Amino acid sequence: MLTFTLRRLLTAIPTLLLISLVIFLLVDLAPGSPLSDVPLTVPPEVRQKMLEAMGADQPVLVRYLLWLKQFFWIEPLYGIDALFGTDFAQGAQRIISWQSKMPVMDTIGERLPQTLTVVGTAYLIGVLIALPIGIYSAYRQYSWFDQAGTFFAMAGFSVPTFFTGNILILIFAVNLGWFPTIYDTNLEVVDWASFKQMLAQMALPVMVLALFNAAEISRYTRSSVLENLGQDYVRTARAKGMGEGKVVLKHVLRNSLIPVVTVIALGLPTVFGGAIVTEQIFKINGIGAMLIGAINVSDLPTVQTVTFIFAVLIVMFNLIADILYGILDPRIRYD
Amino acid sequence: MPDGASPVLDVRGLKTVFKTRGGEIHAVNSVSFHLRPGELLGVVGESGSGKSVTMMSLIGLLPSPPAEVRGGEVLLGGRDLLKLAPRDLQAVRGAKVGFVFQDPMTSLNPVFTVGNQIMEPLMKHMGMTKAQATNRAAELLDLVGIPDARKRLKSYPHQFSGGMRQRVMIAIALACDPDVLIADEPTTALDVTIQAQIIELVKDLRQKLGMAIVWITHDLGVIAGIADRVMVMYGGQVVEQAPVKELFANPRHPYTRALLKTVPALTGARAARLEVIQGQPPILQGEPVACPFRARCAHALPRCEAENPARRAIDGLPVGHGHDVACHWSPEAAHA
Repeated sequence: MLTFTLRRLLTAIPTLLLISLVIFLLVDLAPGSPLSDVPLTVPPEVRQKMLEAMGADQPVLVRYLLWLKQFFWIEPLYGIDALFGTDFAQGAQRIISWQSKMPVMDTIGERLPQTLTVVGTAYLIGVLIALPIGIYSAYRQYSWFDQAGTFFAMAGFSVPTFFTGNILILIFAVNLGWFPTIYDTNLEVVDWASFKQMLAQMALPVMVLALFNAAEISRYTRSSVLENLGQDYVRTARAKGMGEGKVVLKHVLRNSLIPVVTVIALGLPTVFGGAIVTEQIFKINGIGAMLIGAINVSDLPTVQTVTFIFAVLIVMFNLIADILYGILDPRIRYD
Repeated sequence: MPDGASPVLDVRGLKTVFKTRGGEIHAVNSVSFHLRPGELLGVVGESGSGKSVTMMSLIGLLPSPPAEVRGGEVLLGGRDLLKLAPRDLQAVRGAKVGFVFQDPMTSLNPVFTVGNQIMEPLMKHMGMTKAQATNRAAELLDLVGIPDARKRLKSYPHQFSGGMRQRVMIAIALACDPDVLIADEPTTALDVTIQAQIIELVKDLRQKLGMAIVWITHDLGVIAGIADRVMVMYGGQVVEQAPVKELFANPRHPYTRALLKTVPALTGARAARLEVIQGQPPILQGEPVACPFRARCAHALPRCEAENPARRAIDGLPVGHGHDVACHWSPEAAHA
């Protein structure tokens, strides 16, 4: 397993390099100029100076190699410096946002916690809701519970989050007035009252995302459990006199979880992408909102860096899914 | 086997119905049989004759719905299993009645160790601690002839061959020292040499442990080698029942006779074609009102259309104890 993990990590390097190049070229091809929000009254020679100052006048390849150096070498050095108070970076040039003229990594560091709190909670709740629903739906196939579960899963999966988000805002925020419509990023949890306020403002976006995730995962769980309930080893477990709880929650579940774990692990990075929409609706200042903002003003370094971080997450969770697969299923051994 | 011994398992008038969209399928029709201590009862019949469904009905292993046990009694140790609450029935399964299934490749859970799966019933029914159960599981593996038993407890099913897995299944079924072992075509999925090994193993274990066995098969050769008594099933009914030697020497039911003819002879000239029984087994819709075999029967009488024959004794002993047959036709009448 260890050699497998190492091998996979090593093969991830060329994959990620290729991904970063493709992203860079795609982002560069996109129309728009980093100076599009600069007033037209600014004379061309000043514009040229501004481009030169940002390094945007350089050829694509030079900018790409520079970005590579900054992302893989200089930014980690700054990271180490921030952690241990050392001075390895020695003031080297960081990846700078063309929009805010701030280091991109610093902005990501500010935005990521908002996204993780909302998206992470939503995903966790989604999984915790989906597993029992999926298992019970399969165990009582075609019961009213299963039918209701199927209906909500279909609805939750096919209705887009920007729609459910607005419906929930209309019901719970506008009509009932229970929760705020806007997520306040500056809120700090210091006491009970602010904690309750935090819960209240998280409730709606978490509900929207959890519904969407639970819908998908519960479907996968249901079909996987259904498939396993008909297997011969389930009959063997019953013939041994095992109770239904043990039959389902031990024998069937362990087998059923193998494909479900893959879905959960591979779904995690896409959740960050899906959260982009939800963050817009609830005005959460997260990483999704940051990406949208950067795309709007052709802030190439930010778009490139955030997109690449998504790519890294996807590759990483792929690996995690493979490793979990091997842990759950003894028939799969990678070395 | 003395005839006076009281049976460990006594099944009377068992009826099992499957409810389907196309109507009810009467898979088991008034099946009665008993099993004396230490006896090996062979159950033969073609696919769909109700052999497995009968045995699974006994201990509530059929999924319900669609299956429904409609009537009859299953007496084990003085209790009617059909009347037990699900929880009490669980205490019987695996403890008093052990089950070995047909396909050892799929009957074991692939993600748990063999040891874990043998220890489960031990801990549940015998109240053993983990350490006690581990010791007992190693003994059981040793008993069914798996070398290096203690080490193999940590193996997963996929690390075992088909024959070894069936040995593990037998170890699980025998774990709690059951009164009755039901073996549902335990050798069908194995190749011939492994079949022989498993049969030898069961013979040997029967000598050592003395449990009664129901052996379901469609291999008449196997039955001839190990059974004390044979029950022939067709269309969800018992059509003939006799001690093994009597059945092979003097088969009465046209189906049994036809079945015996299908066994190719090892000596003499090779037959041009293997014998077959023409036609298809019946679809068991509705309450049976006629003989299920009539359409394929070489000796069908007008009466066979009108009346489902009851089992009748032909040697003076009560039905179920000697040789009995469910047929209107008799060879003597034909020759007279």
